[in-house]
Amino acid sequence: MKYADEFRDPKAARALLDRIAVVVDQIGATAERPVSIMEICGGHTHAIFRYGLDKLTPPGIEFIHGPGCPVCVLPMSRVDECVELAEQPGVIFTTFGDAMRVPGTRKSLLQAKADGADIRMVYSPLDALEIARRNPDRQVVFFGLGFETTTPSTALSIQQAAAEGLENFSVFCNHITVPPPIRALLDDPHMTLDGFVGPGHVSMVIGVHPYDFIAETYGKPLVVAGFEPLDLLQSVLMVLEQIRDGRAEIENQYARVVPEHGNPVSLAAIADVYEERPSFEWRGLGEIDASGLRIRGRYAAFDAEEKFGIGYGAGPRAVAEPEGCACGAVMTGRMKPVECPNFGTGCTPEMPLGALMVSSEGACAAYYQYGGARAATAAE
Amino acid sequence: MCLGIPGQIVEITDAPRMMAMAEVSGVRREVNVACIAQGPLAGLIGKWALIHVGFAMSEIDEDEAAKTLEALRGLGEAQETLEAMAAGDAALEGRS
Amino acid sequence: MNAMTPPMRDTRVTLSHGGGGKAMRELIDSVFTAVFEPDGTEDQARLMDAALQVPGARLAFTTDGFVVDPVEFPGGDIGKIAVCGTVNDLAVGGARPLWLSAAFIIEEGTEIALLRRVVASMRAEADKAGVRIVTGDTKVVGRGMADTLFVTTSGVGVIPPDRHLAADRVRPGDLVLVNGMLGDHGAAILAARGDMALSAPIRSDCAGLGHLMEAVLAAAPGMRASRDATRGGVASVLNEVAEAAGVGIEIDETALPLRPEVKGTCEILGLDPLYLANEGTLALFVPADQADAALAAMRARPEGQAATVIGQVIEGPAGRVSMRTLFGGARIVDMLVGEQLPRIC
Repeated sequence: MKYADEFRDPKAARALLDRIAVVVDQIGATAERPVSIMEICGGHTHAIFRYGLDKLTPPGIEFIHGPGCPVCVLPMSRVDECVELAEQPGVIFTTFGDAMRVPGTRKSLLQAKADGADIRMVYSPLDALEIARRNPDRQVVFFGLGFETTTPSTALSIQQAAAEGLENFSVFCNHITVPPPIRALLDDPHMTLDGFVGPGHVSMVIGVHPYDFIAETYGKPLVVAGFEPLDLLQSVLMVLEQIRDGRAEIENQYARVVPEHGNPVSLAAIADVYEERPSFEWRGLGEIDASGLRIRGRYAAFDAEEKFGIGYGAGPRAVAEPEGCACGAVMTGRMKPVECPNFGTGCTPEMPLGALMVSSEGACAAYYQYGGARAATAAE
Repeated sequence: MCLGIPGQIVEITDAPRMMAMAEVSGVRREVNVACIAQGPLAGLIGKWALIHVGFAMSEIDEDEAAKTLEALRGLGEAQETLEAMAAGDAALEGRS
Repeated sequence: MNAMTPPMRDTRVTLSHGGGGKAMRELIDSVFTAVFEPDGTEDQARLMDAALQVPGARLAFTTDGFVVDPVEFPGGDIGKIAVCGTVNDLAVGGARPLWLSAAFIIEEGTEIALLRRVVASMRAEADKAGVRIVTGDTKVVGRGMADTLFVTTSGVGVIPPDRHLAADRVRPGDLVLVNGMLGDHGAAILAARGDMALSAPIRSDCAGLGHLMEAVLAAAPGMRASRDATRGGVASVLNEVAEAAGVGIEIDETALPLRPEVKGTCEILGLDPLYLANEGTLALFVPADQADAALAAMRARPEGQAATVIGQVIEGPAGRVSMRTLFGGARIVDMLVGEQLPRIC
């Protein structure tokens, strides 16, 4: 596959790993006193485990798995609202497959489907639009989930629906943005991060400048990274070199896909359709100011929250987190997945308690699935 | 977050709706190309773009890709030289 | 009695075809018995085969239900799968498949022409595998009570006295072989179903593997075990075997035979091809010194063209399947939790 296979070359990987080991030594980092690098994006977490990069890099590097998995940070109350929407008579609820197994307080979407709700998995919001065109007598709701990468797709779909006058289509907007939770993490007094691997696909939409504050205000390096193993290793090396040299800059390893200023069409569509919410709830992190988007008044007809009177507009919201769940501590890097008392016992991919065990991008599920869990057990 | 993969635009399918056919390893899927469209859509045919949830989100910059690869290859070749030198040293010292 | 049966006038199955009367008789005679057993049958099959009389021979008996959406897809249909699946269940245990039964749950409104195509492909596949479909049943249910057509087949075969294939006989040092490409069936069905609006020139690998198994057993008589990697894919059968034998299994990512289109489908939808279903792919566990012979025997057959070694059995940890990634990293290949869902992140 072009633009993928070239970035999986084992020879170059060995060279990168050797360089990484040298720079880790130069920094003086050890297993006891490691350099902490957060990969913000869940896609990077997944790639690290899928390719076994955590086991190939020297013990002086500790990867902290960031909050960049939209499914993982989705609060239970929003899942409950999805179920409520899906169970409305006449509604066809469309969603990415990722969201199907996330537990709500009552049930997951998968369970709601079994109970009779018309819930359909789609690959694209465009497919939800097509379902709306083919079912004019039904209300088709699309579960708009994801960071800046995915936001343009639903914005453009809403614009398309408006252009066609497709009145039976609406979006349940749960789009969130990357910079605010990073700022929240950096403001945390317990924070011990030394640098960041930045989300490549978010950045192809927003560009690299929204991260400037990380270097300027907080003095931490960030390297925007691609998703192939060589991309990741090269980015880790770039972060380490900055740390060694005492630099704090925003660098772009993924320039083949990420333009400095992002994608103008995407940004215009987002600005046209969405506006900031005053705050939005993140599972494990709580309410974060200006971290979520809602649909602007001019597109209210396509806003499922408005159309069905559900969600933030509907009154005070109870924050429901399962008891004993340490997702918040894991997500802020204060706890390793295996250190959670529920890991692998009260919380497994079969019966997830917390969100980090649900998505394959969640740090806990990745640990469990790709060996962190059993490797840890075997080592004991 | 955000699974995205490189695909090649092979055909314009519905110009008013900005739709085109993208191909990934022989698998085809109709995608929206609004984000990468500059000028007539036909100009996109043959171009590579990063595909996410049915949208071509960003055109892949071949020059930048080549630059990154070159740097990576440079590392790989340096590595081979080092390994060859290490093997040579070992041979000289009578190790194997 | 078929000679007496008038051709069916109906084009679709109605509830009256399940009513036990003349319409049902007509459906069974004209669509099913005429193809499977043109000489007619009694109510139950009465069977004899010389292989049964060999001292020490054992009877193998298996059953499987088949549901697939769509019923017809590139590379096969539900009938072909129903025959191949049960033939393969017998074959992987070392049995020579002999006889099948076939039961059909038919949704009201199903086209008779579709039934005929399915039945014809079952007969063709049974002939290829050298088995007879000797007994069967039909039921008709109302619209929405079934999805077009469900098929259940049971199969009987004979295991010769000298054969003892079993997962718990697998030993460290054995090699893990497959006969063909991984994930073709799963990817073909995904594309054929159309939910994800993908089009890909992928055909299901659906094939009967009885003859291939006989060829491998002749060439590599020390083979320990084999499993057909259907639902849950290769990853699932490897986990089952690792657990049953109390061994570890290590596979090599670079050795996995995958079509570019299957890889592409997986990259687009965020799926792992190790968990995609196959309908004509086996995992075989063979002592290392017989692996080349087993590979050569498979490659000599059309359904074994892509035969290759994908990994080896190691001491342990018991029950763990791991994969060496393409540049030397390692990861665990666990059993799947529930169904594999397409993802965007």
